[in-house]
Amino acid sequence: MENPYLPYPVRIDNITTETEDRNLKTFKFVFINPEDEAKFAYTPGQFAELSIAGKGEIPIGIASSPTEKGHIDFTVNKVGKVTTHLHNMKEGDVMGVRGPLGNWYPWEEMEGKNVVIIGGGFAFTTLRSSIVYMLEPENRSRFENITVVYGARSPGMLLYKDELMEWEKRDDLDMHITVDGTDDPDWKYNIGFVPAVTEQKVTSAENAIAIVCGPPIMIRFTQPVLEKLDFPPENIILSLENRMKCGIGICGHCNIGEKFVCKDGPVFSLARLKELPPDY
Amino acid sequence: MSAKIFSKDEWVGVLEGLKDDYRVYVPVREGDYHNFRVLEAGTRPSFDFQNTRMSAKFLAEPQSERMFVYTLDEKDPDAHILKEEEKAIPPLAVVGIRPCDAYAFKLVRRNFDTPDYKDPFWIKRYEATTFVGLGCNDPCKTCFCASAGSGPFDRKGLDVLLYDIGDAYLAQPLTDKGEALLDKAAGGKEADDASWKTAQALTRQVAGKISSRVPTDKLKDKDVNELYGASFWEDVAFSCINCGTCTYLCPTCWCFDVQDEVQRLPMAGDRIRNWDSCMFPLFTLHGSGHNPRSQKTERVRQRFMHKLKYYVDKYDNGIQCVGCGRCVQFCPVNIDIRKVAEKMNSL
Repeated sequence: MENPYLPYPVRIDNITTETEDRNLKTFKFVFINPEDEAKFAYTPGQFAELSIAGKGEIPIGIASSPTEKGHIDFTVNKVGKVTTHLHNMKEGDVMGVRGPLGNWYPWEEMEGKNVVIIGGGFAFTTLRSSIVYMLEPENRSRFENITVVYGARSPGMLLYKDELMEWEKRDDLDMHITVDGTDDPDWKYNIGFVPAVTEQKVTSAENAIAIVCGPPIMIRFTQPVLEKLDFPPENIILSLENRMKCGIGICGHCNIGEKFVCKDGPVFSLARLKELPPDY
Repeated sequence: MSAKIFSKDEWVGVLEGLKDDYRVYVPVREGDYHNFRVLEAGTRPSFDFQNTRMSAKFLAEPQSERMFVYTLDEKDPDAHILKEEEKAIPPLAVVGIRPCDAYAFKLVRRNFDTPDYKDPFWIKRYEATTFVGLGCNDPCKTCFCASAGSGPFDRKGLDVLLYDIGDAYLAQPLTDKGEALLDKAAGGKEADDASWKTAQALTRQVAGKISSRVPTDKLKDKDVNELYGASFWEDVAFSCINCGTCTYLCPTCWCFDVQDEVQRLPMAGDRIRNWDSCMFPLFTLHGSGHNPRSQKTERVRQRFMHKLKYYVDKYDNGIQCVGCGRCVQFCPVNIDIRKVAEKMNSL
């Protein structure tokens, strides 16, 4: 019997500090047993448990895209025991990754549609995975217009800045970077909260699906903007989090009604979510 | 194979004999109550009980269990890599488990043995176990098994059903596992008609003794959010002190936490899992500090909604409760699942 709790051993290949407060780092892992990479076949929107012997496990969204071979990346916010330890680890250190876990964004439904991606703060990780995935030449033609609104508190708090700047320049992607505020006189992108920028930049719900990831406050104020544009709740896609342990729907921690965020989610349409009790 | 009768005089000897082939768990008196313990030198089985204080769920899910081991010693080439431990699980036999508690394993199995994921720890132990149930001649006042898909002589979770017919046990095999166990049991004789008549009379008589009826017929059709938003939750939860007793005693509660410990030896660590409880605020606390169930009313509601609504909807096979009555009997502030079910069912 396969043991679904046993992580794949990985080595930290690279660590990038993403934000000016140094609280967010991206960890690039390579599998110690190369055959594990194929077993870890994932789809954008999924997550994994990062496992540190002696410390524990944490569920983290996968930030790399399956089109990026040879490594898997996770951007981790330093908040608790495991993440703090991880932030102090160094390149070459050995740990574990268990997954991929959960469901993914509705890629089949999104084919032939306009895709609107709305992200805030450090919840941009699986959205980054999704954008890289869609921009891959073999995938780009499967989707119509791609619009991205991504905001953070300040320029220094944006994730993946180099990529964001590159995406800004592309003509097959409508990229809108925004910050809540900045004292940088040379800032040439948007200033304003994500919901407000969404209202300015996203003009139609026609043939469109919106994926929204961010802090609860951002989601709360973005929802009415999308509803005003006539996005039906079936076409508003959210990724949730809840405290998790097993990640496979067994340990009982993350339930919302009869669903487990880890196994039946983390991706839910707003329509589906409205049918469930609000335990999240 | 047909049923056997074992006289009570030979019974302990029969159990002793089973030790050659099984690790045998028997009810043992501990102060005012009974619990299951391994039958070994000095263990005195006692079948003079209504039900054990703790359920037998620990057989498949020990309260604390090592999942993996590892070393943090950098000199070891496998440092920081989790390893499965070879766990030799011998055949287990639990003798005297009540039918409701055995049925609970069937309900809990839906969670550990799923089409998508198999929990090897639980499944291996469960599959290694032969369930020798003892029908209830004397149900507790708090029992409501008959309203919860089970009953005092319910066979669903059992491999052998024992009837206490006075000076003897009538042992009826129900599965191949049960037959194998009775094959190995020394002594006894073939059950005669008179014993069967006594057993049958007993089942009829006991059925009338289950006095608690709990209505659950309308739960399936209720709207989940209407039940969730019902006004009675504050009242239900008012006296709760969040002690978690209900969840630890419940044979159908299985939630567990996963933790790492490095204390067995210097540099050697374990990943372990421990029973957890949805009655505790930490159960759902996010890293950010946000907590979807920070208030006890929310947690009490979760426990009852889970058992009486969420899983009714999820599996369409009744409530996630076998009516053992432990949570009713041992709740220090008298919260009664029967009354909550009634409120929910009649909303």
